Amino acid sequence: MAFDETKTEGFKVVGTRPNRPDGIDKVTGRARFGADATAPGMLHGVIVRSPHAHARILKIDTSEAEAMKGVHAVVTRADFATGLTGENWNILENVMAGETALYDGHAVVAIAATSSLAARDAAKAIVVDYEVLPHVTDVDKAMAEGAPVIREGAADKSVPAGLHPNVVRYHESGHGDVETGFAEADLVIEDSFRTEATHQGYIEPHACLAQLGNDGRGEIWCCTQGHWNVQKVCAALLGIETSKLRVTASEIGGGFGGKTAVFIEPVALALSLKANRPVKIVMTRSECFRATGPTSSTSMDVKIGMKKDGTITAAKGVFRLQGGAFPGAPMEFTAMCAFAPYNLANVSQIGFDVMSNRPKQAAYRAPGSPMAAFAVESVIDELCEQLGLDRIETRLKNASKEGTKASFGPTWDRIGLVECLEAAKAHPHYTAPLKPGQGRGISCGFWFNHGGETAVQMALSEDGTVQLSVGTPDIGGSRASMAQMAAEELGIPYENVRTTIADTATLGYNEISHGSRVTYASGLATIEAARDTIRKLCKRAAAKWGIDEEAVSWVDGCAVPSGPNAGDFDPLPIARIAKSMGRTGGPIVGHYEATPEGAGVSFATHIVDAEVDPETGSTRVVRYTVVQDAGKAIHPTYVEGQYQGGAAQGIGWALNEEYIYGADGRLQNAGFLDYRIPVASDLPMIDTVIVEVPNPGHPYGVRGVGETSICPPLAAIANAVSAAAGVRLHELPMSPPRILAALEKQAAG
Amino acid sequence: MSQIHVTTTVNGDEVEFLCDPRETMLDVLRDRLGLTGAKEGCGTGDCGACSVTLDGRLVCSCLMLGAEAEGREIGTVEGIATDEDLHPLQKKFIEYAALQCGICTPGILVATKNLLEKNPDPTETEVRYWLAGNLCRCTGYDKIIRAVMDTAAEMRGAS
Ligand code: FES
Ligand code: FES
Repeated sequence: MAFDETKTEGFKVVGTRPNRPDGIDKVTGRARFGADATAPGMLHGVIVRSPHAHARILKIDTSEAEAMKGVHAVVTRADFATGLTGENWNILENVMAGETALYDGHAVVAIAATSSLAARDAAKAIVVDYEVLPHVTDVDKAMAEGAPVIREGAADKSVPAGLHPNVVRYHESGHGDVETGFAEADLVIEDSFRTEATHQGYIEPHACLAQLGNDGRGEIWCCTQGHWNVQKVCAALLGIETSKLRVTASEIGGGFGGKTAVFIEPVALALSLKANRPVKIVMTRSECFRATGPTSSTSMDVKIGMKKDGTITAAKGVFRLQGGAFPGAPMEFTAMCAFAPYNLANVSQIGFDVMSNRPKQAAYRAPGSPMAAFAVESVIDELCEQLGLDRIETRLKNASKEGTKASFGPTWDRIGLVECLEAAKAHPHYTAPLKPGQGRGISCGFWFNHGGETAVQMALSEDGTVQLSVGTPDIGGSRASMAQMAAEELGIPYENVRTTIADTATLGYNEISHGSRVTYASGLATIEAARDTIRKLCKRAAAKWGIDEEAVSWVDGCAVPSGPNAGDFDPLPIARIAKSMGRTGGPIVGHYEATPEGAGVSFATHIVDAEVDPETGSTRVVRYTVVQDAGKAIHPTYVEGQYQGGAAQGIGWALNEEYIYGADGRLQNAGFLDYRIPVASDLPMIDTVIVEVPNPGHPYGVRGVGETSICPPLAAIANAVSAAAGVRLHELPMSPPRILAALEKQAAG
Repeated sequence: MSQIHVTTTVNGDEVEFLCDPRETMLDVLRDRLGLTGAKEGCGTGDCGACSVTLDGRLVCSCLMLGAEAEGREIGTVEGIATDEDLHPLQKKFIEYAALQCGICTPGILVATKNLLEKNPDPTETEVRYWLAGNLCRCTGYDKIIRAVMDTAAEMRGAS
């Protein structure tokens, strides 16, 4: 087949479910994660953090600590680069506070000692004098008149005049005229919603081992979603050249977006430079909660007009997100995802990025989108309820499809929302009887997906097996899917491909593993690298046979003469070409570097049954079905895993998880005991349906699958709770006290 | 501070180490004995990533002091596979994709092996409650529970 077609059938390896190549390492304890590395002479670093939500740092006295046994280095902001601007300045300010601590948990000073106990003891001996300043942690309060200003002059040019200085970015998009649209509606519902911040909750805390010499050369080992980004950011923050740092990504114990950011690596480097020894830093769980990126909390207003037949005439949303003490809350994603599932003549969406005294938000699985779906899909559910309409039919009636104009501008290419809704409608779950006290909810969800800078290399070994080097950390089975795509293209067994996550010195820049980009972009690059390898293999065969290169094609792992020469020579298997490659022109290595831009968007529809206990207000999810478009599932088991994992995180977000701040601006639940993520006994099995509407932008039709699965659950569960208990919750999480209060209010009439 | 000398058994091998009286068993395993299979997800007994067995009982090694290991028998994930082969649970975890990132896997394997030794025929609910102290953020538990149930059935069939 031609090299530029989308292959949709006849797969031999793609679509099967082989064991992952790193499986044995991970079930035997052999796999090396962030905290599992050591180096000779290694010191342990500990970071001292602000106990205040907002405070001027008056004085840092480290003299007593430095005199303690085993202490080798202390660093403060003075030990990092100066003169940074833009996001590099923001990251540095977050990594180590300058003049002011901006949130409870903000790093202020760090110390390295010969053991972690010694470092912790010494950290306690550091005395920091603070002048406590007024603080604000709530998004609505942070943008209200009189709120303490987090940082003057942080707003960019997008912000309209007259807003509070804590509003730092503004977004507006849409088309048509919403007022005309609302006038055409038979029913208009407008409601306000709030969601609390949640944490990605990866079980592996951030960890790194770093070494930096005074010649400016350094090495970092760390758990990250993007080691080239770590390299780039650390170089900037330490004021050294990028190529002098080599970063190796360890196995990564979950990230979900939270390990796209850099927190401890620059600190370990600075300590190492001072002590002239390697330094390891491992965060505690409470540091993860206090100082690494949770999501934004939100305050949202959504207004939707509908005709009696279910046609949506207009939709409007205002989305306010606080992103902590720095710009960057993903409010434009919230705004753009909000109405993406629907084909709307009149739509308007507005977003506000608001700063507050909380940790710098970081990406969390489809950043910004789940909150939007919660608000929008709740209002659509309410409209269906009041107009007596079927939930799925109404969504089908308004569904975005190929050729319709997206709420945020572009015209949709081939997309699979209708197919998801149809599959949900046909699923036995949708019509299964419910027990008393149970209710069923559905919701749609949307995520863009992403391509990004990608470089891949494929080296042939002399026995015909293949070493594939990719630059995207394997966060949930991607070594397997990469090996499958390579094997498929080369026509060799899956077992003959070994996938390695290369370090920053080995490949060109690879963007962070985010935006559900790995199977799409590294997959595309793997396929293209295989095609490059095949071209080189065919060339060797052509030379051997003395025929034209163009007259050789690649079939099932062999070069075969084609065209006028068809049948003239026996097929030449990859192993034979490999064996003689040293004599026929040298090593054969295929590669591919690009910034693929054809990441296909992905939609999902979730169905959930929930049971509400009217005595306690506690909610139990009793049945759950995820229907999502994968484009093409390379390894269906791992696709199912992404669907199930996203649903489970969404269930936690909907029912339990939240950042709780005290009046003093301190985080009150910085641990897994009080920040309760779903445990095995909380959840039912999670059923999955993989819809495959091929993405024209990938050779096999792949769409990213990792993120969309967390978009529908918040709303689907809210809709199920409303159906089960007759109360509609406008605030997440729907924890027992909130549900009880809603039930009591309803009983009081 | 003076260190304590401890003699203990880890995965059937006798080992000796020195540790600070405040040092946890998890730190001893990881930092002194080079057994980094047990993970620290929280250090406060909430996540189960550090699960080991102590004389056959499932414990969080982050809540146990290294000094308490004196004369006891410790079992970690590194001791689950036999010299020749993986334990049936390990095989099924790979086959079912019961791990995504794999950071929770050592703790969950130690915990489920311990469960199946006590109760070879657990119900789904029993498995879910037994594992309620082992957090997994990636999988939603579905494939973990299925892998455990299937292993239990297979091991019952084999014995
Ligand atoms: S590390 Fe021991 S329970 Fe979490
Ligand atoms: S597989 Fe990642 S936490 Fe369980």
